Amino acid sequence: MYRYDEFDHQFVRDRTNQFRNQAERRLSGELTEEEFRPLRLMNGLYLQLHAYMLRVAIPYGTLSSRQMRQLALIAEKWDRGYGHFTTRQNIQYNWIKLEDTADILDALAEVEMHAIQTSGNCIRNVTTDHWAGAAADEIADPRPVGELLRQWSSLHPEFSYLPRKFKIAVTGAPNDRAAVKVHDIGLRLHKNGEGEIGWEVIVGGGLGRTPMVGVTVRDFLPQHELIGYLEAIMRVYNLYGRRDNKYKARIKILVHEIGAETFKAEVEAEYAKRPHPSTEVEERELKRIAAYFAAPPLEKLPRWSPSFEEAKLANPAFARWTKNNLGPHQADGYAIVNISLKPEGGIPGDATADQMRVMADLAERYSFDELRVSHAQNIVLPHVKKDDVFAVYQALEKVELAAANYGLAGDIIACPGLDYCALATARSIPIAQSISRKFADSKKQDEIGKLKINISGCINACGHHHVGHIGILGLDKKGEEFYQITLGGSSAESASIGTILGPGFAGHEVADAIETILDTYLKLRDPGEEFLATYRRLGAKPFKEALYATA
Amino acid sequence: MPLLKNNLLVSDTWITAEAEGELPNAGDVIVPFARLHTEWDALSARTGRLGVRFGNTDKPEALAGFLPRLSVIVLPFPAFNDGRAYSIARRLREMGYRGELRAIGNVLPDQLQFMLQVGFDAFEIGERFPLETWQKASRQMSLAYQRGLFRRGAEAEIWTERHTDAEPWLEQPHAG
Repeated sequence: MYRYDEFDHQFVRDRTNQFRNQAERRLSGELTEEEFRPLRLMNGLYLQLHAYMLRVAIPYGTLSSRQMRQLALIAEKWDRGYGHFTTRQNIQYNWIKLEDTADILDALAEVEMHAIQTSGNCIRNVTTDHWAGAAADEIADPRPVGELLRQWSSLHPEFSYLPRKFKIAVTGAPNDRAAVKVHDIGLRLHKNGEGEIGWEVIVGGGLGRTPMVGVTVRDFLPQHELIGYLEAIMRVYNLYGRRDNKYKARIKILVHEIGAETFKAEVEAEYAKRPHPSTEVEERELKRIAAYFAAPPLEKLPRWSPSFEEAKLANPAFARWTKNNLGPHQADGYAIVNISLKPEGGIPGDATADQMRVMADLAERYSFDELRVSHAQNIVLPHVKKDDVFAVYQALEKVELAAANYGLAGDIIACPGLDYCALATARSIPIAQSISRKFADSKKQDEIGKLKINISGCINACGHHHVGHIGILGLDKKGEEFYQITLGGSSAESASIGTILGPGFAGHEVADAIETILDTYLKLRDPGEEFLATYRRLGAKPFKEALYATA
Repeated sequence: MPLLKNNLLVSDTWITAEAEGELPNAGDVIVPFARLHTEWDALSARTGRLGVRFGNTDKPEALAGFLPRLSVIVLPFPAFNDGRAYSIARRLREMGYRGELRAIGNVLPDQLQFMLQVGFDAFEIGERFPLETWQKASRQMSLAYQRGLFRRGAEAEIWTERHTDAEPWLEQPHAG
């Protein structure tokens, strides 16, 4: 894992002091709320419906157990004993006081964390594959580039007042778990015939009001050109992105309005005009960073673990959990453990301080001190010996973290919605809870198989509903909440935007509607066919008929 | 209006010409960008120094031919969160411009250091904040990760410091 050196420490300290001063000037009235707003946002502080919300950056979703314990402490000391893990691999606290914020930032700095640029019209926390460094299908660990981009984008003087927010995602594996095609910039690693690696640069993807799949502007950018090339993209966007309408200000709109070819030509022209200094420092810096991400000292183990197999035979609930919640590790004898933060009827992504501490302890004892936050709002222990998996499971069970629904119908992504958010038009959490209860029967969930249900409480799409296999969007119709259902979205390597199925539903009807859709799928699927594949084969028609014929 | 330069208040000795009307006979004058094209001969014949008021939707490349003759380029911030002038300033410095780059409009202490880092060196600041606030604001951060920035404050480039024996990114082209 990356560790701060004296420079990183000093940088975060300066920034915290600067914010302390800004908060004092706001409290004394020297700064107007309008002037303070972008300053606090760039430090992760939002004003929500009931209180301030602080969003803490978890760069590329990687945490040590010490950091996780500090997050637990903050939840207890300054919030209400819990935190909410987000789709940007961050954590947010929903009940924060402005006057405590600088102290919280100090507490974060102690463990090499910050809240810089978790909001505002700047480059946000860079996200990546939550299985990075452990996944069996990986070409290379994308986190060194993630850290390089974190540093480069931190308080970048040219790109801190962009037309709109800017999100970058990086994946080092062909199976895209980082949704790179629906980001402002997505980077995907490739290896060519000579065994060299290069980055595919994808620009202009995004969700929100105008969902779009990004376009590739470079197929194979050499790694040492990454920073220079990204600066060229950012400059074109900063100069020509729309600023007259915040709903048309993301880079995807610029790419769409001037056309992908023109956009690409602008970027290439800008890149050619840049002074081209030696990239020696960047290369050396990347090498320095990469050393921190060296693989942990994994033991040489047989693929087969007798104790693991015996535990599965003796305990069917454990067997089911291993089937759903383990991911394939690079090394024999190890597994990736996915901890679902989606207990039946719970709030997706929430964890209590006690749960955070248990996960931290397990990481320290069984996973080389490492945890990950996934963009699907779950927690990952990336390197667990198969021999230890049963012990991990038992510990998780005690704190209600053993839901065996990873990747299934119960593993729902949901934004905070109208329960917390000032922008929301409808509630998301109760909808997630009702669906989760509807599919509480584990047999039914297993029968349905891999499924992504994503829920957003407004058109800004923080719950990524456009790329859910089943997406649910909460809207307001004359003071009544109602919910639109989309089918066929995906954020994986074959990304697609879901299609609206038909008229919306009242909140209490949504779970039944989802059940009708899934029963239709079970009737029509070919053997072994996943929901998304069936939808892509048959289209919306049979689902529409089933849903609206009886209505 | 006084200007902030090198952390001190100095008086602005330049005359600002409007879009139309007579140019003053003598003295340093700042003209709107359009007049640079239409009245180039008259402007070249003058004895005083020449500056231009540029828009934040104008392309910096349009100034290329004029740069050696310009002593001031004025860039506007119509709102503090309209960040286009940051890119224009940096591009102008990359094009080799070494004269004064002046920020006008909604210029606030909390953005001062960013402006310095992209190459601005003069600021129309009005009277809302005391000089001390501006002076403090120019050195809030002692470090920056990015390379190729201007270091008129105290900040060091982290990546360069970490690899001190490597080549510099670019010579600091302008001492301010």
